[in-house]
Amino acid sequence: MSDLTRMSAAELAGVIKRGEASAVEVTTAHLDRISAVDERVHAFLHVDREGALEAAAAVDAGDRTGPLAGVPIAVKDVIATKGVPTTAASKILEGWKPPYNATIVERLQQAGTVMLGKTNMDEFAMGSSTEYSAYGPTNNPWDLGRIPGGSGGGSAAAIAAYEAPLAIGTDTGGSIRQPGAVTGTVGAKPTYGGTSRYGLIAFSSSLDTPGPCARNVADAALLHAVIAGHDPRDSTSIPQPVPDVVAAARRGADGDLTGVKLGLVKEFAGDGSEPGVLGAFRESLEALVKLGAEVVEVSCPHFGYALPAYYLIAPSECSSNLARFDGVRYGLRVGDDGNRSLEEVMSLTREAGFGPEVKRRIILGTYALSSGYYDAYYGQAQKVRTLITRDFQSAFEQVDVLVSPTTPFVAFPFGSRTSDPYQMYLADLFTIPTNLYGGPAISVPCGLSDGLPVGFQVMAPTMADDRMYRVAAALESAVGTLTPPEL
Amino acid sequence: MAAISREEVAHLARLSRLAVTEQELDQFAGQLDVILQSVARVGEVAADDIPPTSHSVPLTNVYRDDVVQPSLTQDEALSGAPDRTDDRFRVPRILDEEV
Repeated sequence: MSDLTRMSAAELAGVIKRGEASAVEVTTAHLDRISAVDERVHAFLHVDREGALEAAAAVDAGDRTGPLAGVPIAVKDVIATKGVPTTAASKILEGWKPPYNATIVERLQQAGTVMLGKTNMDEFAMGSSTEYSAYGPTNNPWDLGRIPGGSGGGSAAAIAAYEAPLAIGTDTGGSIRQPGAVTGTVGAKPTYGGTSRYGLIAFSSSLDTPGPCARNVADAALLHAVIAGHDPRDSTSIPQPVPDVVAAARRGADGDLTGVKLGLVKEFAGDGSEPGVLGAFRESLEALVKLGAEVVEVSCPHFGYALPAYYLIAPSECSSNLARFDGVRYGLRVGDDGNRSLEEVMSLTREAGFGPEVKRRIILGTYALSSGYYDAYYGQAQKVRTLITRDFQSAFEQVDVLVSPTTPFVAFPFGSRTSDPYQMYLADLFTIPTNLYGGPAISVPCGLSDGLPVGFQVMAPTMADDRMYRVAAALESAVGTLTPPEL
Repeated sequence: MAAISREEVAHLARLSRLAVTEQELDQFAGQLDVILQSVARVGEVAADDIPPTSHSVPLTNVYRDDVVQPSLTQDEALSGAPDRTDDRFRVPRILDEEV
């Protein structure tokens, strides 16, 4: 049998179903791989060896018909897993074991997946490099001296390093797609409300969207289908059927895009992408044209204001959401010496428990929401959000999907953007508009620039997630998947 | 001109219950100033007649039927507490004890 860790999720599901390998063998192979490489990659914050082997044994003992029965998966540490440490990569939640599972985790269990552990991320999902993890960064398997993207760098690196075939990420401003792009993997942000947020540690509630990470488009679609769908425990969950993303990916893999119109956003053209990124993007666009697609230039005049609007809306929501970390109900408590007041203990706890980026965003959000500044900052950002939504809606009257590079630059070296936070924010320049609009978008590998992966982004209308899978699978059929150098 | 002063950052940190250090104040004030000058661009868009969007899903309140659902036990709910007394979260004093 060839190396089980090199197989796709679909292949593994088949191998297990046919009895060619047991779920325990598949899980053990991945746990061994983690033991062999994760000291260098640091994709995982916690490996649940015992729990994984138990879940795999249960698959072997019983039902093997679930769509992903026995397939290992890694879960971003911002998602609550019952009895398994969940920290959001923050010191303030060190050692916390949630008393319940996120809806997504329940669905993963029902589908028969085997959770290997929890992946590293920027603290509370705020960042683009995992450098803001309180537990040290994840290293990009393509070049261990470079960032794996963020916030979900651990999930992306885990699958790029063959430690898991699948992973779950969350995308608030690009945290699934940008790590996908810089690690040469596939990352999809579903329509907002298409996947449940119940059990997700909230960062920016109007933007947070969990979604799949995989090494190919078909696997991402399989995982998407498992986790998506209405959840009565999330009041912003959309009570509509999930588009058939698996069928769409299959259709796209046939490599025929006749009649499909791709919109090229005019306003993205001058926005400082590296030449190598632009080159790979343009070549991919030509490949799609050869498959029958038509390219139409469209104007989205307010996209240039998406980044500023996002960095007002997301910090505002974060300043409110993170108020729950008060040293009372869970997590860290500092300075409770019997003399200090609740307020003093709270301030000392939050000071000790939060890292610099989280503090910056809490302060920024508190500022944007304070009286006197509310209208000029938060209120105006919400109006810009309306205008960006209108830009998307009018673009989708002319084209089926919008396309762009996923991120303006390839994986950058550690430390090169941490001193100036705004330079880090630019990593999300092309991914943020989608979050403000609420539509789905996917990043798919489209080539290399100086030996490092470049991502191609496909954005679709809300609840048309199937459309982006079709185009992404077609591109994959033309340019292939990427394989990182041996670790 | 700076968009935000060191004193304002100190005030916001107090409001946010963050006992920031002097060194952090120096660092954050400069960084937040750069960020604020960049994000202030949202004000360039003339949007007087544009309604705000708080959420991409058109929201109305979602209710469920008023029937008992499974929920956490008291022990489960208290399982992550840094400190507890009997079946309650224990907190530091809230009022001054000058009685």
